[in-house]
Parts: sequence; C-alpha cells; structure tokens
Amino acid sequence: MGASSASVSGAAATGGQSGVEHAPGDSQWPLWEVFVQPPGGAPHEHAGSVHAVDAEAALQNARDVYARRGEAVSLWVVPSQVITASTPEDMGPFFDPGNDKPYRHPQFYKVPRGVRVY
Amino acid sequence: MEQQTVSVQEDPARVAAFEARIAAGETIEPKDWMPERYRKQLTRMMSQHAHSEIVGMLPEGNWLTRAPSLRRKMSLLAKVQDEAGHGLYIYCGTETLGVSRDELIDQLLTGKAKYSSIFNYPTLSWADIGCVGWFVDGAAIVNQTMLAKASYGPYARAMVRICKEENFHKRQGYEIMATLASGTPEQRAMAQDAVNRWWWPSLMMFGPSDKDSPNSAELTKWGVKRKGNDELRQRFVNLTVAQAQAIDLTLPDPDLKYNEATGNWDFGPIDWDEFQRVLKGDGPCNRERIAARRAAHEEGAWVRVAASAYAAKRAGETASEAA
Amino acid sequence: MSETALPAAPALDDATRAALVEYLLRLADDRLVLGHRLSEWCGHAPILEEDIALANIALDLIGQATLLLRLAGETEGKGRSEDALAYFRDSAAYRNALMVELPRGDFAFTIVRQFLFGVAAFHQLEALQQSALPDLAGIAAKALKETRYHVRHAGEWVLKLGDGTEESHRRAQQALDELWRYTGELFMTDDVDATLAAAGLAPVGRDAAGRWRSQVSDVVGRATLALPADGYMQRGGRQGRHTEHLGRLLAEMQIVARSHPGAQW
Repeated sequence: MGASSASVSGAAATGGQSGVEHAPGDSQWPLWEVFVQPPGGAPHEHAGSVHAVDAEAALQNARDVYARRGEAVSLWVVPSQVITASTPEDMGPFFDPGNDKPYRHPQFYKVPRGVRVY
Repeated sequence: MEQQTVSVQEDPARVAAFEARIAAGETIEPKDWMPERYRKQLTRMMSQHAHSEIVGMLPEGNWLTRAPSLRRKMSLLAKVQDEAGHGLYIYCGTETLGVSRDELIDQLLTGKAKYSSIFNYPTLSWADIGCVGWFVDGAAIVNQTMLAKASYGPYARAMVRICKEENFHKRQGYEIMATLASGTPEQRAMAQDAVNRWWWPSLMMFGPSDKDSPNSAELTKWGVKRKGNDELRQRFVNLTVAQAQAIDLTLPDPDLKYNEATGNWDFGPIDWDEFQRVLKGDGPCNRERIAARRAAHEEGAWVRVAASAYAAKRAGETASEAA
Repeated sequence: MSETALPAAPALDDATRAALVEYLLRLADDRLVLGHRLSEWCGHAPILEEDIALANIALDLIGQATLLLRLAGETEGKGRSEDALAYFRDSAAYRNALMVELPRGDFAFTIVRQFLFGVAAFHQLEALQQSALPDLAGIAAKALKETRYHVRHAGEWVLKLGDGTEESHRRAQQALDELWRYTGELFMTDDVDATLAAAGLAPVGRDAAGRWRSQVSDVVGRATLALPADGYMQRGGRQGRHTEHLGRLLAEMQIVARSHPGAQW
C-alpha cells in the first residue's frame, strides 16, 4: 500500500521510545542483486535486491520475492559489492552514441531494393 | 517540515543542470550527481513509503487467523505477503541512496522516521479487511500511478512493479465489501460500520490541503510529486462514490453532493484536529504498531545473528581450504 | 494439469470410500493446521525476507489443504464443501497429526517442525503420485514440487540454527527435543492405510520411516545437533483425540464463519 508523505506519524510522537538495542553481530545481512529471466528467450534483467547471508539463501529469497508469480525461468543472484559499475564520468568514452561512427548502424549500408539481406 | 541548511556549498550551476534534467523528464540514477537535499528528500520519502508497507501488514494481518473462508484466507495472506514484498522493493531502492536497511529500520523503531497514519487505526471486524483494501489500497493506487514516473530510477522501477501487483489488492477489498453488502443483515451492518469508521481517515491519507502543505513545492520541483493533494483526494472521492453506490453502501458524509459545474463530488469538512492528533501519536494504535515491530525485530535478533555466524564459519572454511 | 486422458477413477465400495475420506482429511488437516500456524508469523518474522518465505510455504500448504478438502467432500458425497469441512468441524472431527497443532513457539521450533514434517510429507507424496485415483495423484504431484522447496528452505535453516551461535544451537536442540515425541505419529498406520494401500489408492513407499530418519539424521548431524532418543510417541490426532491447542486454534479460525452460519464470504 502506498503512502502520502504528508500523512505520516512516527514512534517518537508516542513519547518515551528509547533507542533500539543492537545485539553484537546483528545486521540485516548483505545485499544481493537479483536478475530474472522471463520465459520466451529474453535475457536476464535486473529485478531488484534481496538480503541474504549466502548464495543459496539469496536464490531462495529471490525466488520468493521476485518470481513467485511464475515470471521467471532462471534467476541469478550476485553480491552487490562484486558488481563493478560505470560512473557517469565514464559515460563519455564508453557510451558516446558514436554519431561519428555511422558504419556501426545498419542504415549506413545501401542494398538494392528487393534483395533480401538475411 | 524542517528547513535544513545544506552543509556543503553546491555549485549553483550544477544544481541548475540537475533541475533541468528533471524538468526534461530524465531519470536520475544512483551514481548520478545529485544535490544533498534531493538525496535527503528521496531517502525520507522512500523510506517512509517502505515503512508504511511494513506497518500496513499489521492491521490486515490481524485477521489472517480468522478469515472466514479458505479462499479469503489465502487471498489475504497473499496480499499481506505482497505488502512485505513492496516494503522490501522500496527499502532496496532506498539503499541505493547510501543508507543501509539496518539504519532505516532503526529510524522507524526509534521514531526518527514516519509511516502513513492510516495504519494507526484498528481493524475491528472482517469487514474492515474489505474496507481497508477498498479505501486504503484505492487511495494508494491514486498516488502510485504518479510515483511510477518519479524522477529517481530505483523508486520509479519499484513503483512499476508494485502497481502491477496492486490490481489484485484493490479488487479483493471491493469484492469482499460487495459480498457483505449483498449478504445477511448482520453482514450488511458489519460492512456499513466499517465504512463509517474508515472513510474519513482514508481521505486524510492524501495529506493536508495543498495550501497547508509545505513540502509540496519542493517535491514537485524534484519530480517526485506530480499532482497536488487536493486533486488526488478529489479523484479518489469521485471514483469511490460510484463504487459505493454500486454496492449500496453509504459514505458517512451528509454533505456529499454532485457538482454539475465541476463534474466532481463535493464533500464535507475533514476533521484536521483528528489528523493532527493521530500524526502526533494519539491515534488508536500508534503505540501498538511500533511495539509489534520492535518485538519482531528484537525477538528476531538471535536468528539474524545465527545466520551471519553460520555464513562466517562457512566462509572461514572455504578460505582455509583454498589456502 | 495436462489435458491427456486420465485413467477413469476407480469405483469405490462403501468401506473403501469411507477410508478414503478419512485419509484425505488426514492429509488436508495436517496442511490446513500447519499452514495456519505458519501464517501467524506474517508481520512478526525475524527479517522481511522470512515474512515472505514463511507466507509462501503457508500459502502452498493451505492451497494443498483446499484441494484435498474439496476432494474429501466430493468423495463423501454429502454436499460438504471445503469451507464446510474447514470451518464447521469440531476438533474431535479433525484428523491432523498432533505435531502440527502445537503453538508456533520461537523461530527454531517453527523451522524444526517444518523440516521434520516436510521430509515425511515428501516421501509420502512421492508414493502418492502412483495413486490409482487420478485426482489424488495430481494433487500429490503438485504438492511434491512445493514440498521439495519447503524441505530445502527449512533444512537450510536447521543447519544455520544448529551451527550458528550457542543460543541458536540451544534453541534448535530444544525444539528438536520437544518435537521428537510427536514424530512417530507421522508413520503410524491403521486399517484406513491398509485398505487404501491394498486398493492402490494410497501407495506407500518402501520404508518411509527409515528413509525419513536417515534424511533427518543427516541434516541434524551436519547441524551439530543431537538426534533425540526414541521414547513413547504421542498419538491420537488421526482418531480426533487432540491436544488442548487445537480447540483454541479452531475457535479463532472458525469464529467469524460460525457467527454467520450460511453466509457467503
């Protein structure tokens, strides 16, 4: 269910809520990224994340959270910290749309009308 | 809403460029530069939304063990499970802004963070389950369609996933109410009583009138609020009046009247005193909701610790095998 | 389910029919009561991922119970729907094993129970896939897939709790010790089972109890837990003689339905 940010209340307002005790070693567990492959031959797509202590649990959690409506034939789970991501600064050299490299695009090549290329 | 001074002086040109991106309908992603204030506002908004999903499991979960048919039992369990999932999606989205779920949960349990006030009301009969689904999910859907186009990528994507799953929630609640309304006299009375208690708090879900809402302007500028509170509330009223008429239940507002000129249903005054009271902590269930979440968290600590300890031992074994 | 022609359901004499109804109620009530206990965790689990996981298992179990109750009612032929059976039978008419009606306890108790029950259910369902009753064979096949996953989930947790911290180990061992006296009932058989096995309606796998013990022993060992010694095994659930817990569970489960007899929901 959603929430309008304007109609929220919190525990502090109830008065006298002390801090939460933290047991040593307590955490919400490491983060894993989940990739889901739908039926029909499409590639795996990032679906979101889950928390888990190991790969087996991550896989189970991913299935329960992201695939319980039967929308997946395959799941990948990856610890978030091992993913290497580009930064926006990388975007220039890596992701330059290559307007100066038209030979990478099929429209560049002229083919006689009526000839099937493939 | 407190005005926070930005501790780091941000280059106004950079901020202007960022705002231009949003105005152009671009999506902001986790690694993009963003003003500290945007990061803070998004973190607050998303985490509040996530907290609401989690706390929202409690009023409905209250009737899981008493659902009066197997089909309703499974349907309600699936709905509450979905809410856990929605909270999870949004927590994960919030984590991309640089805060851990541990911190977010701490904030909820210590009162630093908030959740939607509607969940501070009790579910007193089976009909409340239908009514919560009909009104509260209905109101959420009015909000959500807007959020699916939020400027922050992870939030928008979580919302798209949530919107897909919400279809069954809204239909489930209304179907329960329709069945009760056409049932025995006792069932009809149960349904009407629930409507009488949930209608006004549901209207309050949309927040104060825009003129009394200090946050709105900035959230609109940041691309996370695309319509005003009043407009959304009016849309919800228009939709719901027709639905109530269709199943012959009466909304508890003697001032409800169709306005030919505007095409809207005009409605009576909202008790903003009640709204403020619940916001400040004196709603019927504020304490119980947080107490329940604290209990679950504290009683669950040994479980979380055990799982981590087990994983550490296995990792240690693998390391020594590899050595 | 597939569209290929299923073998026709066998004609049943009265004695076999009565036995079959009993048997189906046993299967169904196990799952309904256990699913109900699991659903009590929703919103109160140690971590969000587990709220979702336990709800999944609960949904599977209640779903299985619904199919089995429906089949039981049809077999009985007295017009009792799955809801009539679920909501309008007293505890003396319930046929679940005692193990599943015990309160959910702490997370260790819930998980150990799920594991012990799941392994037994797995072996039973594997054999039931060969039932001469097509509907039962079909339900068994579906339930087997789900149960395989339940055992995987619960089994991993038994390892984590047994070999986690001192506290989790202690709680897991205590759960095992408390539940052990209820495990024998899972393998007790009577005339109902004999009649149905003979008719090919409820085939039994070879040495189900032995294979259960072997699998449980393996996981318990790897979890650094101790397998409790066999003592007197509590029983009576299959005959409707339950613990005090079932009455309270049913009171809660049935109250709304019973308050409005004849109403639709």
